[in-house]
Amino acid sequence: MISALWVMIGISLLLGAVLGYSSIKFKVEGNPLVEKIDAVLPQTQCGQCGYPGCKPYAEAIAKGETSINKCPPGGEEGIQKLADLLGVEFQPFGEGAAPKGKAVAFIDEQTCIGCTLCIQACPVDAIVGAAKQMHTIIASECTGCELCLPPCPVDCITMQAIGENITNWKWRHPVIIPIKAAA
Amino acid sequence: MRKLFSFHGGVHPPTHKDESTRSPIAQAPLPSKLVIPLSQHVGNRAVPIVQVGERVLKGQQIGRPEGKLSSAVHASTSGTVTAIDMQLVAHHSGLPDLCVTIIPDGKDEWITHAGMDLKNTPHSELRKQLRNAGVVGLGGAVFPSDQKTDAHHHQIKTLVINGAECEPYITCDDLLMRERAADILHGAEILRELLHAEEVLIGIEDNKPEAVAAMQFAVEQDKHDKMEVLSIPTMYPSGGAKQLIRILTGIEVAAGVRSTEMGVQCFNVATAYCVWRALAHGEPLLSRIVTVTGNVTDAQNFDVLIGTPLDELVALAGSKPDTDRHIMGGPMMGVDLPAGTVGITKATNCIIESSPKLFPPQAPALPCIRCTRCADVCPAELQPQDLYWFAKSNNFGKTQEFHLFDCIECGACAYVCPSNIPLVQYYRYAKSEIHERERDKKAADLARERHEYRQLRIERDKQEKAEKLAQKEREAAAKAAQAAAAAPVATQNDAQQKLIEEAIARAQTQAAVAHPQNTEALTPEQSAEIAAIEARRAKIREMATDAGADDEPHKQ
Repeated sequence: MISALWVMIGISLLLGAVLGYSSIKFKVEGNPLVEKIDAVLPQTQCGQCGYPGCKPYAEAIAKGETSINKCPPGGEEGIQKLADLLGVEFQPFGEGAAPKGKAVAFIDEQTCIGCTLCIQACPVDAIVGAAKQMHTIIASECTGCELCLPPCPVDCITMQAIGENITNWKWRHPVIIPIKAAA
Repeated sequence: MRKLFSFHGGVHPPTHKDESTRSPIAQAPLPSKLVIPLSQHVGNRAVPIVQVGERVLKGQQIGRPEGKLSSAVHASTSGTVTAIDMQLVAHHSGLPDLCVTIIPDGKDEWITHAGMDLKNTPHSELRKQLRNAGVVGLGGAVFPSDQKTDAHHHQIKTLVINGAECEPYITCDDLLMRERAADILHGAEILRELLHAEEVLIGIEDNKPEAVAAMQFAVEQDKHDKMEVLSIPTMYPSGGAKQLIRILTGIEVAAGVRSTEMGVQCFNVATAYCVWRALAHGEPLLSRIVTVTGNVTDAQNFDVLIGTPLDELVALAGSKPDTDRHIMGGPMMGVDLPAGTVGITKATNCIIESSPKLFPPQAPALPCIRCTRCADVCPAELQPQDLYWFAKSNNFGKTQEFHLFDCIECGACAYVCPSNIPLVQYYRYAKSEIHERERDKKAADLARERHEYRQLRIERDKQEKAEKLAQKEREAAAKAAQAAAAAPVATQNDAQQKLIEEAIARAQTQAAVAHPQNTEALTPEQSAEIAAIEARRAKIREMATDAGADDEPHKQ
C-alpha cells in the first residue's frame, strides 16, 4: 500500500517536473492566433476597423475585444474566413462598412506642392517624393487605404478604380454555353 | 517498330478535317491593315518601340521583349504605323489590349536579315535570337521558345515533336508537315542540339497518313539520325503534351512535375519550323498557317501574316452569310472571338466560322447525375464530377486538393456529359478565382512586409533621436561637472548669485522704462477719468479681500 503510494507520488512528481520544464523550454512567444488572424486580413493598413493597422485589429480580435465584421477591404469572404478560423458565426457588414472596389491613389502632379504629408501618412511607403518636390504613387505597392487623402492640403490625391483588364480578368461563374461539335 | 503506350480516357469527336485538307496552303494576300497585339505570348507584354507615323519594314521589331518571360513582336510587312492603342484582341475576355496598327505600303520590303552560323554560335546567342525573333510555341500555348530550350536545369533525353493535331477541324499542322517537312526536321535538329537531347520522336495521329509519309520521307532523305516519325492512334486529346509524351515514351508525368524533370521536352511542329526560319534564315515569326473552316464555301489553310484582321481572312475562304460567330481554335477548346476586327495572332491555329446549323445552341444544363462518364474520359485522371461540385460551390481549396491545376481544359468531360454541364467553364472559373486569391495574397504579404518595415524604421528613428538627446545631456552634464570641479564651490555660488542679482536689476530697469505709452500727453479730463477708474478698481480689490477674509472662518 505504502510503496504503491510512493510510486504514484514519484510518477506524478516526475511528470510534473517534465511538464514544468517543457512549459518554460517550449514557451510560445506571442499569441499564435494573432498571426493566423493577421494572415487572413488584407493588409491594407487602412484603419477602417478603428485600429491603427491590420495587426492591432488582429490582436483585438484575438482578445475578443471587437467583432470580425469590421474589415471592408477583406470583403465578405474575409469575414467568412475569420469566422471559420475562430469558430464563430458569420456576421454581415454593419451600416456604411460595405466593401468598395479595388483602387489605387493617384497624385495630380500639377497640383502637388510637395508637402510630404501624404508620405508620412502612407502605411506602406508607397509614395515617393521629397520636400518641395513632386510626389508620386508607386501603384504596384499602393493598397488603396485612402489614408493619404485627408492630410493633403491641396486635395491633389484621388482614388482611381482598378478596372478590369486582360491581366486581371477572371472567368465568370458559368453561364456561357460551351462549344460542342455537332455529331 | 517502337512500342506505343496509351493514356487514360480520351474521346473520339468527329474530326471534320477533310474539308480543309483538299487544297494546299494558300498565301493570303496583303491585308488592308494589320492589327498586331503586343501580348501574343505567355509572360510580359512586349514594349512598343515604334512611334505613330513611323515607317516600318517587314521583320522590323515593333515590340521589345520585357523581362525574363517575354517575346518580341515584329511588323509583318512594310508600311506605316498609324496607331498604338487599345483594341479588341483574340482573348476569352473580349477586352481590349495594346496593339500596333500598321497600314501596309504594298512593297513588302524586308529589313536586312541573315541566318546565323548554327555550328559556331553559342547556344545562349541562339536562344537570344529566338527571343528577339518572337518565336513562341505555336501549338496554342504560345510559351516563349527561348525559355523552353534552356536545358541547364535538367538532362533532356528525348525531344518530342508534336504533330498530333488532335482537335477536330484543325489541319494547319497537317498541311505544314505535308508541304514543309524538311524544314520542320531541320528545326527539330536545332532544338535537339539546344537541348542536348539524344533522340527525337515525332508523333502524328494516324488520320494524317500524308503527313506521316511526308515526314518519314524527309527523315530518310536528309538522313536524320535517331529521329523517328510515329503514327499514333487517333484519340482526343493525344496532342496534349503530357498525353503525347505518355504515348511515345511511356513516361507518365506526375502531377505538379514538368516533363523536363523526367528528361522529355515537347515542341509543336510549327514551332520547330519557325525555329529553323528564325535561326537559319534570320526571319522573325511574321506569319503562320491558319485553317479557315466551318461555315465557309472553301475551307482551306492560309499562310497568314500576324495581325491580319479576321474579317479579311475569313472572306478569302468565303464565309457564308449565316455565320453568327467566329471560333478561334477547335470546337473543344476554342474561344469565341469578340469581333471581326481582331488581328490574327501567333496563337491562332484555326478559325471556325460557326452557324446555328453547324453548332446548334447547347441544351440547358441539367443536374449532375454522378454517372462519372467524365472521369472515364479524363486524360489527366481527375474526378471531374467532384471538381465540378467544388467549383460550383466556390470551395476552391477542395478543388486544389482534387488537383484542379492538372486539368488541361481539353473539354472531353463536357463533351461526354449527358447533362450538358459546361464543366470546363467551371474549372476555368475556379482556376482564375484561385489565381486572383494568390495575387491578393502576394499583395497582402508585400504590404505587410512594407508596413512592418516602416514601423521598424520609425521606431529606430525615435530611438536614435532619444539616444542623441541623452548623449547631449550627458555631455552637458559632464561639462558642468568639469567646470564645477575646476572652480571652488563658493566662487561658483557667488558668481551665480551675482548673475541673478544682475538679472533682477535689469528686469527692474526695463519695467521702469516700459511704462504704458498711451498715458502720456493726455487731456486733464482723460486723466481724471483714469483716476476715477483706478479708484473703483482699488475699491473692488478691497471688497474682494474683505470677502476672502470673511469666508475663511466659515471654512473652518
